[in-house]
Amino acid sequence: MIDADIVVGLEVHCQLDTKSKLFCGCSTDYRNDGPNTHVCPVCLGLPGTMPVLNKRAIEYAMRVAKALNCTVIPESEFSRKNYFYPDLDKAYQITQYDKPLAEGGYVEIEGDDGKERKIQLTRIHVEEDPGRLVHMGNAERGRYSLVDYNRSGIPLIEIVSEPEMRSPKEARKFLNKLRATLEYLGVFDSEKEGSIRVDANISLRGSARVEIKNISSYKGVEKALTFEVTRQKNLIRRGLPVDRETRHYLEARGITQSARSKEQENDYRYFPEPDLRPLHVQSWLKDIELPELPDARRERFVQQYGCSLNHARTLTGELKMANFYEAVVAGDRNGLCNPAATWIADTLAGELNYRDMGIDSVDAKKFTGLLVLLRAGTITDKSGVEVLRVMLDERLKDEPVETPEAIVSRLNLAKTSGDDTALLGAIHEVITENPKAVEDYKTGKNGALNFLVGQTMKKTRGRADPGELNQLMVESLKSVEQ
Amino acid sequence: MAVHTISFEPEDRYNAFLKVCATPTHGEGKLAGIAIAVKDNISTQGIETTCASKILKGYIPPYDAHAVGLVKSAGAGIAGKTNMDEFGMGTSTENSAFGPTLNPCDTGRVPGGSSGGSAAAVAAGMVRMALGTDTGGSIRCPAAFCGIVGLKPTYGRVSRNGLIAYANSLETIGPMAKNVADVSLLMSVIAGHDRKDTTSHDRPYNHIPSTDIKGLRIGIPREYFGKGVDPEVAATVHRAIGRLEELGGVTVPCSIPSMEYALAAYYVICTSEASSNLARFDGVRYGPAVDTKKSWHAAYQDIRKQGFGPEVRRRIMLGTFALSSGYYGKYYAKAQIARENVRKDFARLFSDVDVLCGPTMPTIAFKLGEKSDPLSMYLSDILTVPVNLAGIPAISVPCGKVQGMPVGLQIMGRPFEDERVIDAAYAYEQVAKP
Amino acid sequence: MVTEKDVEHIGELADIGIDGVELATFTGQFNAIVEYFDVLDRVQGEGAVTRDLYNVLREDVVEPSLSQDEALRNAGAQEDGFIKAPRVM
Repeated sequence: MIDADIVVGLEVHCQLDTKSKLFCGCSTDYRNDGPNTHVCPVCLGLPGTMPVLNKRAIEYAMRVAKALNCTVIPESEFSRKNYFYPDLDKAYQITQYDKPLAEGGYVEIEGDDGKERKIQLTRIHVEEDPGRLVHMGNAERGRYSLVDYNRSGIPLIEIVSEPEMRSPKEARKFLNKLRATLEYLGVFDSEKEGSIRVDANISLRGSARVEIKNISSYKGVEKALTFEVTRQKNLIRRGLPVDRETRHYLEARGITQSARSKEQENDYRYFPEPDLRPLHVQSWLKDIELPELPDARRERFVQQYGCSLNHARTLTGELKMANFYEAVVAGDRNGLCNPAATWIADTLAGELNYRDMGIDSVDAKKFTGLLVLLRAGTITDKSGVEVLRVMLDERLKDEPVETPEAIVSRLNLAKTSGDDTALLGAIHEVITENPKAVEDYKTGKNGALNFLVGQTMKKTRGRADPGELNQLMVESLKSVEQ
Repeated sequence: MAVHTISFEPEDRYNAFLKVCATPTHGEGKLAGIAIAVKDNISTQGIETTCASKILKGYIPPYDAHAVGLVKSAGAGIAGKTNMDEFGMGTSTENSAFGPTLNPCDTGRVPGGSSGGSAAAVAAGMVRMALGTDTGGSIRCPAAFCGIVGLKPTYGRVSRNGLIAYANSLETIGPMAKNVADVSLLMSVIAGHDRKDTTSHDRPYNHIPSTDIKGLRIGIPREYFGKGVDPEVAATVHRAIGRLEELGGVTVPCSIPSMEYALAAYYVICTSEASSNLARFDGVRYGPAVDTKKSWHAAYQDIRKQGFGPEVRRRIMLGTFALSSGYYGKYYAKAQIARENVRKDFARLFSDVDVLCGPTMPTIAFKLGEKSDPLSMYLSDILTVPVNLAGIPAISVPCGKVQGMPVGLQIMGRPFEDERVIDAAYAYEQVAKP
Repeated sequence: MVTEKDVEHIGELADIGIDGVELATFTGQFNAIVEYFDVLDRVQGEGAVTRDLYNVLREDVVEPSLSQDEALRNAGAQEDGFIKAPRVM
């Protein structure tokens, strides 16, 4: 349901996946290393140092501008944003202010009403990341900060949307679409911790605009906005004003909190960065070749593989999942497209999510093998899930991952057929153990049949084919004496 | 490369040096055997670099400025770091946190600024050459006041990498020595492209000075000889220009209307850039340690109050003001337009003349403590700042004395015609030699 | 006319720590200088600035960083490889 009263805008900061930092040659691969081990005089802000702009960062940003249909500005330049904070090595951030790289553009999402909608963008620009602050100490020993400048100077792309989203859900969809697009373009690695940061603006019609700063997870954005909608509606209902303010999202508690204002409004005193030269990169646009983007891939999945729109949307929603799907159906397309779609989009996604694992950890060949077994009727769906879970758990524990065939064999999961005396034996046991249910069945309560079948499934640990078991059960019950 | 060590023990009666390197090592090359003094706002690896400020006391750069690296590769030794106005802000070297430098020609007078230490070291014969920096006249002024030669190169011709920034769009490193040939030699070592400075141009300097200036068209801007310029200084410079005419130069009277607001534009731009450049001195990554028991803002304010001298703090305030919301359009934006007008004025003149000549400074070196009012100090820069606004090359060469104190002849040229400016100075110097 | 209050505000914006003693002197000097700047009001012209260089870029190549030791060498205080700074609210 669309709440016509809610207006949301987002400012999204993504780290561009270059090898070196924006203004110096330090490696961007800092996450596994100790603090202050990826710094140099430039990104430490030592006196006398000067920035030198990374070409690839601009190329990546141009790719994004083209993919999102932005207008590239003929002459763009960098500016200094002046403020004082220990994580800011130069006491100014080099960013783009009045002459950004590109303006306009849009991101297409499926609106809450089910219709495709374009969310307009205001602008796109490039800037540097500050360092990282850790807050230490306590009231007794005294509080202080620790600073790690490894992150100082990492290239960021900032994408600003017009305030056109109408719900927290739409905001999440926007973010997901944006993330997927950037992944497809090869300019962004969404799995890197802290690689995305979002500022969200929300206002309920007639009320002041509230800004929520520095939300660092996708889910966090929807949660923070949902909390805000509730909070603001409560205020409005009680006749209280909504303050125009900046708030922080506290991930652990799922709430937003008013930011204690450090100063009054910040006057950043922007002026053009005198150590850098302007960019004339409009002419680069025509030479940029875009890869297949999420929407096009989604269409192709529907056409080429016969996926449902929903499945296609899920599968193409993440680059790695889309690639995985195509790897799985590539080897053996015959009849696998649809089950693969279901098994990946519905089942695998859920199992991975539960274990906090990425689709990277799944061997496409082995997964295909599992689908083949299922198609051949060798195992039931339920057994299929069990095999999948075993493979994932083995990977999670860093043990060698068995083939699905090996697991089926080891756990004796092969479907039992009607000739199997063990199955008939199980049926017989269940009938003996549940005389009441048998009686119920005889008196015409069909629910009893399901119960008896269910009990047998339990006994055989799901190895029996439900349809076949049902038939056998009915036959066996016939021969039970009243 | 062979390395030699000599000992350097100057008798520094002028407080020219903040730090002396007693055994500078020398290598092979154009500058082999020469000990060079380096102004203390130029980074020298392993040698304390303070910009004559308490806020950088103890700071040891882990890298050499590009120009310093070039000088060392050419075989020179670093004799020491010279005194200056704090962060380059001043015209007299009285704004140093470590005491003023005295003028070797008259120790009751200032040596000029902000490269006063480098000028005094050269003038007193302690070193043969020195590196200075010029943001609004800081090489040319002390050269004029101390009676030596100082070149402000075309902006972008010498890398600024390692120069601790005061005003990025205005400043440059440049050579200072007793004679034009040595200035030219040092220039040939430091000029050229540096990939670490994206404002640097690929224009190396490989010129042997020539005295041939026949047909040189010399513009004489009336603003350089007008109100505010001491008549005796003006007369001395006129006489010097007369010698250039004898050598074949042709003088052309002209005018630079934008001089009217050039000084205001200069001070708005340099203080704005400085307010941003100096904000990084927070005692966290370098400099005297910040008090981590305080809160951030209290600690930051403390460091800046203790560490910066009054002139620096004044300029930071002016720059903050000029960039602040509500004032940006009136000051900073207007100053940039003014600057563009100055550039256009010079371009227009240079389509008719080859060089412009005038005094470097409106007066001779003033007495220590004489100019206590900041604005009157700023007004001394009136003849030097237009050059920085336009980014063109300019040299000061000694051309006589007034009341026993040196007077400098300033020769300005087209962008990247440092060679022609050197030649004009050389021609004068050689003909004026006693 | 720039008042003492204005100068105080600028001092806060610049985090420069102006105290009561300096305020009066600073304000006087400030006013004189800012008045001198008023000549800029007479400047005519457009904002277009002559630029000589564009698109000065470097290739995306990794270069050696400082060692942690070198990075911390000038820092006033450190802890476990981090640089220590005053607390931020």
